[in-house]
Amino acid sequence: MISLKGFITRFLSDPVAIGAGSVLLILVLMAILAPFLAPQNPYDLMQLDIMDSEMPPSWKPGGDERFLLGTDAQGRGVLSTIMYGTGISLLIGIGAVIVQGVLGVTLGLIAGYRGGWIDAFLMRLADIQMSLSTLMIAIIVLAIFQAAFDANTYADYAIFMLIVIIGVAEWPKFARTVRSSVLGEKSKEYVDAARVIGLPPRKIMVTHILPNTLTPVLVISTIQVAEAIMTEAALSFLGLGMPTDRPSLGSLIRSGFEFIFSGSWWITLYPAIVLVVLILALNLLGDWLRDVLNPKLRRGDD
Amino acid sequence: MTDAIVETKGIEVRFPLPTHFLAREKPVLHALNGVDIAIQPGESFCVVGESGCGKTTLGRTIMGLQSPTAGEIYFNGQRIDQMDEAARKPIRRDMQMVFQNPYASLNPRRNVFETLAEPIRHLMPEKTGPEVRAQVEEVLAATGCDPSWQRKLPHEFSGGQRQRIAIARALVTNPAFIVADEPISALDVSIQAQILNLLDDLQAERGLTYLFITHDLSVVEHFGTRVAVMYLGRVMELAETDTLFSAPKHPYTRLLLDAIPKIEGGSFDNPREPGELPDPVNMPPGCPFAPRCPMAEARCRTERPELRTLDNGTQAACHFAE
Repeated sequence: MISLKGFITRFLSDPVAIGAGSVLLILVLMAILAPFLAPQNPYDLMQLDIMDSEMPPSWKPGGDERFLLGTDAQGRGVLSTIMYGTGISLLIGIGAVIVQGVLGVTLGLIAGYRGGWIDAFLMRLADIQMSLSTLMIAIIVLAIFQAAFDANTYADYAIFMLIVIIGVAEWPKFARTVRSSVLGEKSKEYVDAARVIGLPPRKIMVTHILPNTLTPVLVISTIQVAEAIMTEAALSFLGLGMPTDRPSLGSLIRSGFEFIFSGSWWITLYPAIVLVVLILALNLLGDWLRDVLNPKLRRGDD
Repeated sequence: MTDAIVETKGIEVRFPLPTHFLAREKPVLHALNGVDIAIQPGESFCVVGESGCGKTTLGRTIMGLQSPTAGEIYFNGQRIDQMDEAARKPIRRDMQMVFQNPYASLNPRRNVFETLAEPIRHLMPEKTGPEVRAQVEEVLAATGCDPSWQRKLPHEFSGGQRQRIAIARALVTNPAFIVADEPISALDVSIQAQILNLLDDLQAERGLTYLFITHDLSVVEHFGTRVAVMYLGRVMELAETDTLFSAPKHPYTRLLLDAIPKIEGGSFDNPREPGELPDPVNMPPGCPFAPRCPMAEARCRTERPELRTLDNGTQAACHFAE
């Protein structure tokens, strides 16, 4: 196991990690501090003016100083919507990964430790879940949800629904990873030592095995946040994700896409760049974390 | 003889082998076939045998890590193999285990204090925080561990140090009986003697009873009070240590003793016994050792010899032992 000091040393000696880490930090801070930093609150209809719609970025002819990256069709500043939208995308990504993690780790732990028919049942369930594409499940459920409730109810519960759907659809990745590490850990003698003193299985699973299986969970969590943000963006792009009045990065790209042929490219381009940078930073960080936490790839210096 | 502290009556352990779920035949591996042993208080009962003979399974079954398919296990006269957890809890204090691999038997994410405190907290919930601390420190001192180790993690220790900590964990609830499953075979030879001496000293101080599982006969000679020689899940010979080494009765015991490397009259000069271990899944009807035995006759291949007591007190499972 790597120490905290070794971890920081490794981080500071790797330019890719520093780059990805600081980009991610900036994006996260930007999202959290959006209410204070953003020049405009895009949710507040009082601050919007339809006369400001489809303005190009400020350095272009026709641009306005108030809107650095231009405005969209409803007169919202693209910069402000990006700041708020990044927050919503991250919220959905992290929320979905928490749902995936809790479900997947619990089921994987039980499957691996109990074995037998419980293991067989849970793993076949995971196989079935994996054979249905996340996007397909999400489209079906969200389409039904959208048809069954009116637009306001949908808008209120959209974040919650996206978190649950993406969370439930992707649990097998965590469950399989955890199960395979549990299988490796449970045959070790420290587990037998805990059984010898009569510790109940639930306690052995949670206090002995779980802490020793969390390294791979940490790694896939980072990758899965990126994956969940992408899934949400794809759904929003298809019109099934976040509604346009509470836009995520995906719905921003979509709302601008309608205007791309009328020359308003900035509405789509800037959110898309932020989305790509965010996903790239998360994936690079995830790869780096995997290399650092894998003792087989460890260099001799720590 | 006094009453046995641990007694097994005809315990059998069978492992069903993985098959396709539609398969007609369900092959079963016989790990233990009717083992009867009675361990007396204060002795070091050694179990020896080749790998796969069931010696580890015997230890694990006695500790309850493996439930027997048939047979009974008694601890101080109480039957423990079918006890529920609540009734068994007070008995668990008195039975502990030391494992073979000190690199796997300590949880890598727990420091030494947490590892040692866990059995006390679970099995003796009436102990207060300072009492737990005092007991941990006492047992660390008794096993030759430095008190400063408490806040360290297992990876900071060498194999011998780890095994001391594992022994300390086994002793922390003040047990009367300890199963030691090859506790020294993963250690350097120089450390092996230290750990053996430690086990010896602890036995003298605390009146411990050991079930000592090993494949090393020279350790048995040094350490054991009585020895059971196991072969394919059966006890082949059971004798006092001195008697076993001076007058081995079972041909398998003689084969094992011959296999100890000697400086003079090297055992490599003698022709090896023919044959191999029979398949433990499809056991032959007769004596399990018959395919390798130089004395085997037709009777050995059809009739299985039972363990019987000979004139000098040794028990042996051989038609020709006397």
